[in-house]
Amino acid sequence: MSTESAVSAPGDDDVLLRVENVVKYFPVRSSQLFRRQRDFVHAVEGVSLEIRRGQTLGLVGETGCGKSTLARCIMRLYDLTSGKITFDGHDISTLSRRTMRPYRRDIQMIFQDPYGSLNPRRRVGSIIGDPFAIHGIASGQERKKRVQEVMELVGLNPEHYNRFPAEFSGGQRQRIGVARALAFRPKLVICDEPVSALDVSIQAQIINLLADLQQEFGLTYLFIAHDLSVVRHVSDTVAVMYLGQISEIAPTSQLWDHPRHPYTDALLSAVPVPDPDHADQRERILLVGDVPSPVAPPSGCRFHPRCPKAAPTCVEQEPVLQPRLGDGPDHRAKCHFPVADGEDISLARPTISAGARIIETGILADSDASLTGLGPRDGS
Amino acid sequence: MALLEVSDLHVSFGTPDGIVQAVRGITFDVDAGQTLGIVGESGSGKSVSTQTIMGITRGARVSGTALFEGRDLLTMSNQDLQQVRGAKVGMIFQDPLSSLHPFYKVGWQIVEMIRLHDRAMSKAQARARAVDLLRLVGIPQPDRRVDDFPHQFSGGMRQRAMIAMAMALNPALLIADEPTTALDVTVQAQVLQVMKTLQDEFGTAIIMITHDLGVIADLADEVIVMYAGAVMERADRRTIFVANHHPYTEGLLESLPAYGGDRERLRPIPGQPPSLINLPPGCPFHPRCPYVMDRCRTEVPNLDPVGGDSAHLSACWLPHDMRARNARRKEVIGRALPRPAEQGTAPAEALAAPAETAGSQ
Amino acid sequence: MSQRIVSAAPPPAEPPSAAVIEGSAAKKIEGRSPWRLGLERLVRDRAAMISLGVILLVVLMAIFAPVIAAIVGHGPNQQFSSTGLTAIGQPKGPNSTFLLGTDDLGRDILVRIAYGARISLIVGIAATALTVVIGAVAGLVSAYFGGLTDSVIARFIDWLLAIPFLLLAISLVAVIGPSLTVVIIVIGFFGWASVGRIVRGQVLSIKEKEYIEAARALGASPWRIMFIDILPNVMAPIIVYATLLIPLSIVTEAALSYLGVGVPPPTADWGQMISAAQAQYQYGAWWFLVFPSLALLVTTLAFNILGDGVRDAFDPRGDQLFV
Repeated sequence: MSTESAVSAPGDDDVLLRVENVVKYFPVRSSQLFRRQRDFVHAVEGVSLEIRRGQTLGLVGETGCGKSTLARCIMRLYDLTSGKITFDGHDISTLSRRTMRPYRRDIQMIFQDPYGSLNPRRRVGSIIGDPFAIHGIASGQERKKRVQEVMELVGLNPEHYNRFPAEFSGGQRQRIGVARALAFRPKLVICDEPVSALDVSIQAQIINLLADLQQEFGLTYLFIAHDLSVVRHVSDTVAVMYLGQISEIAPTSQLWDHPRHPYTDALLSAVPVPDPDHADQRERILLVGDVPSPVAPPSGCRFHPRCPKAAPTCVEQEPVLQPRLGDGPDHRAKCHFPVADGEDISLARPTISAGARIIETGILADSDASLTGLGPRDGS
Repeated sequence: MALLEVSDLHVSFGTPDGIVQAVRGITFDVDAGQTLGIVGESGSGKSVSTQTIMGITRGARVSGTALFEGRDLLTMSNQDLQQVRGAKVGMIFQDPLSSLHPFYKVGWQIVEMIRLHDRAMSKAQARARAVDLLRLVGIPQPDRRVDDFPHQFSGGMRQRAMIAMAMALNPALLIADEPTTALDVTVQAQVLQVMKTLQDEFGTAIIMITHDLGVIADLADEVIVMYAGAVMERADRRTIFVANHHPYTEGLLESLPAYGGDRERLRPIPGQPPSLINLPPGCPFHPRCPYVMDRCRTEVPNLDPVGGDSAHLSACWLPHDMRARNARRKEVIGRALPRPAEQGTAPAEALAAPAETAGSQ
Repeated sequence: MSQRIVSAAPPPAEPPSAAVIEGSAAKKIEGRSPWRLGLERLVRDRAAMISLGVILLVVLMAIFAPVIAAIVGHGPNQQFSSTGLTAIGQPKGPNSTFLLGTDDLGRDILVRIAYGARISLIVGIAATALTVVIGAVAGLVSAYFGGLTDSVIARFIDWLLAIPFLLLAISLVAVIGPSLTVVIIVIGFFGWASVGRIVRGQVLSIKEKEYIEAARALGASPWRIMFIDILPNVMAPIIVYATLLIPLSIVTEAALSYLGVGVPPPTADWGQMISAAQAQYQYGAWWFLVFPSLALLVTTLAFNILGDGVRDAFDPRGDQLFV
């Protein structure tokens, strides 16, 4: 197994959540009548990270990277295939549902879909009051009072206590979700794409709300998103995931200013920026092909089929997540040939044979010179 | 004459709770070979307007005109409209999974489309063209992939297949309704690149409907900003970003994290979009507008030129002289210009910069 | 309170603006629960309301059967051999004394129909209730727990559905002996399989919804999730199915009685009456066959139409009450 050393020593009081080499596989359901070789989806493959109290760790990645699965593993909504999760000094990796229950007051989750994360048949007061009901705290009038307190806290009108979710807008529903998660002032809040489904002008409201709540209650956030500008705004540290692994992790400004992993570089360059001058000038690094299937991940470095800098080493050896090119201990990348400052990888060409670049589906990834390294948009 | 001229389009729907006024009198045009970006959030009417123009909304009451190459699409017979769709105007939607038929091979669907409009073409010819199209949009091994089903394609490839299908008959106009919203960012970059390449090669005009201002910055020549079924502002790409007039446009840009700089508090637009059944009187944006004046609450502003430039229109009662507008901007939001902050530049510095008036005046 | 949360936008000034979605559908004006909206829609359905009226009439007739008996002065099981039968012992047709005629034993058909309504309604509702409760619980448990539990219950349901109902019902009653209770249990016990299957299907898809995940994240126990979170979302199809099950139960009971394995004589029962009437029909006693048949037909039809109306009112397209 790869040795991914944690940055701090075990038993460090400052660390609220420590994830060590968590692996999560899902069996692919093959025919039940004929027992064939079982395939697994390698959703999370050996992830280690830490979050310090009061900090926000941003987690970005594209479809199939495993960030949502990782979040649910931390929440113990899934059982781990292997690995260890330590929360506030306690090992919660293999707890049963019952023994996990008390910890659920301290780890909560805000979900992505404002329309799907609230039970349409229950009133809002009942939904937000659920945590109290489940853990047997406060009932009747006392519960109602506390629910209304939380509603006010997140900017909802407490008089709407008896309304149904359908009567609220998307942004308001998300606030209901936040209220539900914050009923017990948890220590760790996992935000799984909390603003992705909202209108742009509302996203900022919710982001500000989350920031204010963090300040007021000293919350720690694991913030999952695919929108890089949002992640940049809210996070202290950012981890980039690709195909079930962390490919790079660094303090926010360092990740943006000095990306080491080519995937990070490509990701940052692909984000559309609302600035026409920037859009005209920048060099777009276009990756070839799509993300391979997590059922049979590529050998060596998982990114090699799409990497502009791929070399034979990348096919054979899996790189270790560690500091590169003289970066500090907080900035680690999983790459044999990291990107140096000022290097333009849109000009790079892979040095492995075309045969080695076959993606999971068996389709040859066209090196397609017409698509990679295209220059700026012609001024037409 | 513009390729598409839409005048005073109104679309409304009757519902048990009242009449939803989805589109309330919008006017815009698209020139050949140009890209028009339509920006708006939910409820703005951006999708409904183009869908109505193409005749694919149901149960709507429609008024106004939509002249495509001089013919009014809204009063055309169904038969004529079917000839326009596909051949002259292509459409791409947000979710390719639901717009491609899951039970038919992708190649077959493209071939069907082609032969529907061009009965002279044989199956073999049409199939060859389908393969060409798939190659054009960058799908690797198109001669093999042409016989695959939609579920065998990934999201980005499906969207490219959709583009291929839409471009099959070399339409003069391509309407793309949130084509990349459901895609990963790296895939989005690829798909947008494909669209740009096709436009350069074939001179297709594009209407790009999106809520993502980054995509607009990348692709659009002209931009219209819609809110609550009406056009708030229209201008060329640069002006919208660096010299906009309407407070909604400004608010949209200001609420983006990309504008905010590092860890600064975001500046959202307070409140939420209005109900399209019970619209507030006067300007639809006034309940959320930081510049609101008494007039805004009672009179609906007209879409008038800004600073004498007829290419830059804004529906707002604020002074249409950009200097006065910028002065008010500085008072209310503390910035002279709606420029995105340079990396590391604090807002205070932006304030200190002399108030240039880039673009219109 | 935390007034410093400035960013949290206060709700805009009234009128209370409902949420807006792009496109044709508008959100409901606030204050109405999904149930109320469905009910309002149901009330607007004329056919359903007429059927409801008919059902109410039948119910009233059943409740006030003794009153009807008192008014005409005939008990349900009283045999009037002199006034009720002709000289040669045949049933008399409708006349001033016996408004709907008499049966082969000289009993008043009108009164017997009124009492028969009791049986039909009791069985219809009780059997359906039993069916629905067992079926819903089975479906919930089976779908939510999955795995072995699901396999066992699902296979059991399949097995139940494969059994020829009437044959088994006849055998069971032959062994235990006919009575009202047995009839109810027999119908209820065999009926729950289809409800169970439907509920299982619904729950399987609801189980994947994010709000269920959220409930698990909060630490809710599986039973709480099943009955507080999932069940309300399954109620709509259950209720629709129940209103369509009632007429089915009524007809099944009539069939059982017709075959002689239902409610034992001399209790007035529509199915039984139809069975006995068959023999008399050849003698021209059409009223004996027609009136009980009509009663059965009208009642069943009314329930069916109401059931259709309920299903339309709680229709998924308008209201998303179905998953």
